[in-house]
Amino acid sequence: MRLLADIVLLVGAAFTLLGALGLLRMPDVYNRIQAGTKAVTLGALSLILGIGLLYPQWWSKLLVIALLILVTNPLGSSTIARALLIAGVKPWTKTPTTAGKERES
Amino acid sequence: MKTPANEATDGTLAHGVFLFLLLFTLWLLLTGSIDPAELIAGAMVALAVTLISRPHLNIFTGLRLTPGAILPFLSYLGLFLVELIRANLDMARRVLTPSLPLQPALVEVKTELQSPLGRLILANSITLTPGTLTVDVLEDRLVIHWVEVPPGLTIEDATRSITSKFERHLKGFVK
Repeated sequence: MRLLADIVLLVGAAFTLLGALGLLRMPDVYNRIQAGTKAVTLGALSLILGIGLLYPQWWSKLLVIALLILVTNPLGSSTIARALLIAGVKPWTKTPTTAGKERES
Repeated sequence: MKTPANEATDGTLAHGVFLFLLLFTLWLLLTGSIDPAELIAGAMVALAVTLISRPHLNIFTGLRLTPGAILPFLSYLGLFLVELIRANLDMARRVLTPSLPLQPALVEVKTELQSPLGRLILANSITLTPGTLTVDVLEDRLVIHWVEVPPGLTIEDATRSITSKFERHLKGFVK
């Protein structure tokens, strides 16, 4: 059980690290939100699962935390992205001729 | 459960009961005890919160509160978890590839879900699935930022590949 918990915790930490790396590498704010949201959501869930394996008596509180993260994380990201779009931040495109078609219309 | 029942219809009563049970379950999870005093306190708090939030109960309007809704809900949860893991592997692959394979653009998709709650759940699901981020919801259309848009994409294609797989399950428990 201890080994399994350690592996799950390590996976969570790895996904969170990848999320941080995504924040650094992505070209614009929308892509950063994408990398950040997904990696941190799964990373946090993974960490919570790991803690649940180490301390089974905490499962009910951990479940509440996990549900709150699942509901609020994507919501917050969408809200930030919406505010950016309304503020007029244009998404980055690699080659404006092929990918920019939909947003100009 | 509701004392001033003259204005409450069947729908809001059922939704009130639903909210009460939800809050009470939350209380049980947080306290983690079945001591009678705790249970009574929890029931009172849940009832108070339910009564206070009566004007906002219409958020649950789209919810189907029938036993037949349980199976679609569970299959939706399963699909959601699989998609969440796929989304992370996909993002990890992109971040770790030195050339950073991205072809992002905003696309619009249509949804068949009518209720605000259904659209909220759909928008949240899209944000947590591979390569997509919900940016805005305009009536029955969702504006989505997609990291890798295939060339020559139409709104029908985007709808098919982004929303349809969730809608199939979501329709079972929300309108």
